[in-house]
Amino acid sequence: MFGRLSLEALPHEWYTLGAVVSLGLGGLVAAIFLSKKKLWGWLWNEWLTSTDPKKIGIMYIIVALLMLFRGFLDAAMLWFQQAVLNGTSYGLSADHFQEIFTAHGVIMVIFVTMGLMFGLMNYIIPLQIGARDVAFPFINSLSFWLYVAGAIFLNLFFVLGGDFSSAGWLAYPPLSGLEYSPGVGVDYWIWSLQISGLGTLLGGINILVTILKMRAPGMTLMKMPMFTWATLCSMVLIVSTFPLLTATLVLLSLDRLIGTHFFTSTMGGNPMMYVNLIWMWGHPEVYIIMIPSFGIFAQVVSTFSRKKLFGYSWTVASLIAVTLLSMLVWLHHFFTMGAGANVNAFFGIMTMIIAIPTGIIVFNSIMTMYQGRITFGTPMLWFLGFVSTFSFGGMAGVMLSVPAIDFQVHNSLFLVAHFHTMAIGGALFGIFAGFSFWFSKITGFKLNEKIGKAAFWCWIVGFFVSFVPLYVLGFMGATRRLDQYDPSTGWQSLFIISFVGLLIIATGAFLQVLQLIHGFLKRNENKDLTGNPWEAEGLEWSTSSPPPDYNFAVIPGTNKIEEFHMPKNTPIGIYVSGFVFLVGFGAVWHIYWLTALGIIGAIICVIIRALDEDTEYKVILK
Amino acid sequence: MSHTETHERSLLGFWIYLMTDLLSFGVLFATYAVLSPNTAGGPNAKELFSLPFVLIETLILLTSSFTVGLAMLAVFKQAKQQALIWFGVTFLLGLTFLGMELYEFNNLIAEGASWERSAFLSSFFTLVGTHGLHISVGLLWMAVSMVMIWKRGLTPFINSKLTRLALFWHFLDIVWIFIFTIVYLLSYV
Repeated sequence: MFGRLSLEALPHEWYTLGAVVSLGLGGLVAAIFLSKKKLWGWLWNEWLTSTDPKKIGIMYIIVALLMLFRGFLDAAMLWFQQAVLNGTSYGLSADHFQEIFTAHGVIMVIFVTMGLMFGLMNYIIPLQIGARDVAFPFINSLSFWLYVAGAIFLNLFFVLGGDFSSAGWLAYPPLSGLEYSPGVGVDYWIWSLQISGLGTLLGGINILVTILKMRAPGMTLMKMPMFTWATLCSMVLIVSTFPLLTATLVLLSLDRLIGTHFFTSTMGGNPMMYVNLIWMWGHPEVYIIMIPSFGIFAQVVSTFSRKKLFGYSWTVASLIAVTLLSMLVWLHHFFTMGAGANVNAFFGIMTMIIAIPTGIIVFNSIMTMYQGRITFGTPMLWFLGFVSTFSFGGMAGVMLSVPAIDFQVHNSLFLVAHFHTMAIGGALFGIFAGFSFWFSKITGFKLNEKIGKAAFWCWIVGFFVSFVPLYVLGFMGATRRLDQYDPSTGWQSLFIISFVGLLIIATGAFLQVLQLIHGFLKRNENKDLTGNPWEAEGLEWSTSSPPPDYNFAVIPGTNKIEEFHMPKNTPIGIYVSGFVFLVGFGAVWHIYWLTALGIIGAIICVIIRALDEDTEYKVILK
Repeated sequence: MSHTETHERSLLGFWIYLMTDLLSFGVLFATYAVLSPNTAGGPNAKELFSLPFVLIETLILLTSSFTVGLAMLAVFKQAKQQALIWFGVTFLLGLTFLGMELYEFNNLIAEGASWERSAFLSSFFTLVGTHGLHISVGLLWMAVSMVMIWKRGLTPFINSKLTRLALFWHFLDIVWIFIFTIVYLLSYV
């Protein structure tokens, strides 16, 4: 009846029980608050069922920030283990340590950066291109709820027990195969990625069509703002690579569910094929989260230098080059596989070539500052932080692209330091820059710049303090993903310095929360009345902060006030995601009737929605 | 928002979706290409497949692609009766194709050549089965569409969806041609 789900599977360790209790209490407090204030109807009608990309964008950001909190706690546990508990008996068990670094990777890449990016895109892209909405509002809502369903899968083992995958964020077989990971952990991982990946794919198609088909009259491709261009490139990558992830995960789950032999080490299976397939998605994936940041930085630097972007067309061409090249470098993640000198040389050279357009993008941003009237607002500081960290990490990347060097530092902390430099200094700083840049547009009030700048300094200092030691450790041969390092290595002081860096970063994160609370409390004093606090260019600044539901009363480039249609809210996206969740849940725990129920339910919901002709309402502006 | 605008957007979105689906099939084809020599001592393609049987299957699917074209011509002429007939014929051809595929699968499993036997058979069943799954989705879509044509007539709302259904069906036909060539014909070379 309940497959593998039995009483023994339910949580019984202190940390999972603690999570169950705190989640339950948190839910209870929220429920009581909502009931007291009679806000259930408001929450359901105005937010959860909304098809407004602005509200969906905000919901993406909220969920992603919650996931960021968890991903940060995971990181803190890993660091604390290595710096303080190393060699003591109080530390995490090796199994638990592995589960945590797996969860940390998946959360930060898939649920935090992707979630925050999709949040910003949903809000900003329609405004930037002068549209009232995205191309497919219902699919937008569905994408978001699939993302939420995936996020729930990632946290489910707290509540329902079992374990989480301990096979690393990309779950290489045969370790992730049935033989070596018989529990539900890898299944949780598969369905978490599969369901949220489906949402990402639909979201990618949606935003791609929005940009291609819904620009205001007169906005030709070469007049688009850089964030729109970068988003377009990122979405092209999503639709080109997420199908590979979907198919690869299907193959892995077939191996685990019905006994096929794709990636097993027996009966002709080929585990290395999985490594190829997953990185054919995985490498473009890191560019999917990186490229939108390039766009944000280009807009920030031109706004805060009071100049047009230097070399607009070259930046666009470079973005496109990065997009295309990013699909041709995946093998550099496993030079040590033994593909042969020629193959390694090809991928090494492609990796070096990709540094050229990336360099053009960064240098064009820097040249924009030349002879500009620069002001140092918070977004601008994040940009400067990006230039220093990204160049630093980029040079480490070019080193890694040489197969001979890669053989020396493969799977070491040098690599960990490199990709954190790119992901934090590139993608995350970009998100923070965009967040502080567009915050007043989204909420209608401005944030305190002093606290924002203090937060930035904590982040950038903390970043170098924590990651430079990792570069050094990597050179000295420290292998990654270990919970214990022998004291005779003499590395302990470096791990402790790195941990101090984490504390500085945590101070920065705390200041950001403080900035949000401060901004919210003083929201009436710091209202953004002009709609354009930075005196920036772009259509998003031409409407009020926050914009009305329909974004623009008159579509830019036209001059008639018209009647128009807006999509009605619909709960079907939530229902479909709920049923898809059941499909995955049944597959994880081998409760097959639940999987069947989920499939049938999802199909019925989709058919009901497809046949509904009454999905819009008319707006008449007086 | 006018109907043509919505239709154009949906059409572009659907084309992009088809391309993503093609990439998923690309992974399955690549997997088949890599794993098909790995029979693990079990039967290989030449021993298992009957070419005449698959040829008939192929011809049936190709014919269904032709009849769905006729159905769409009827849709554009607003000939409801004709459209229903041609969609009905397409549906029956698709169902026959699916039945033949399941029959083939059943025979293979009965011979002990199931997906658990070897990596080659795993990749065969997954590639061909995924195509079959798409055909099933197409059949369900077609059945619902026929009920809608019958009940609501050929309105712009329905016609826009029918255009995408036809695209989907032709797409599955193209994928099958590759399956026929790579999986079945090449096994005889």
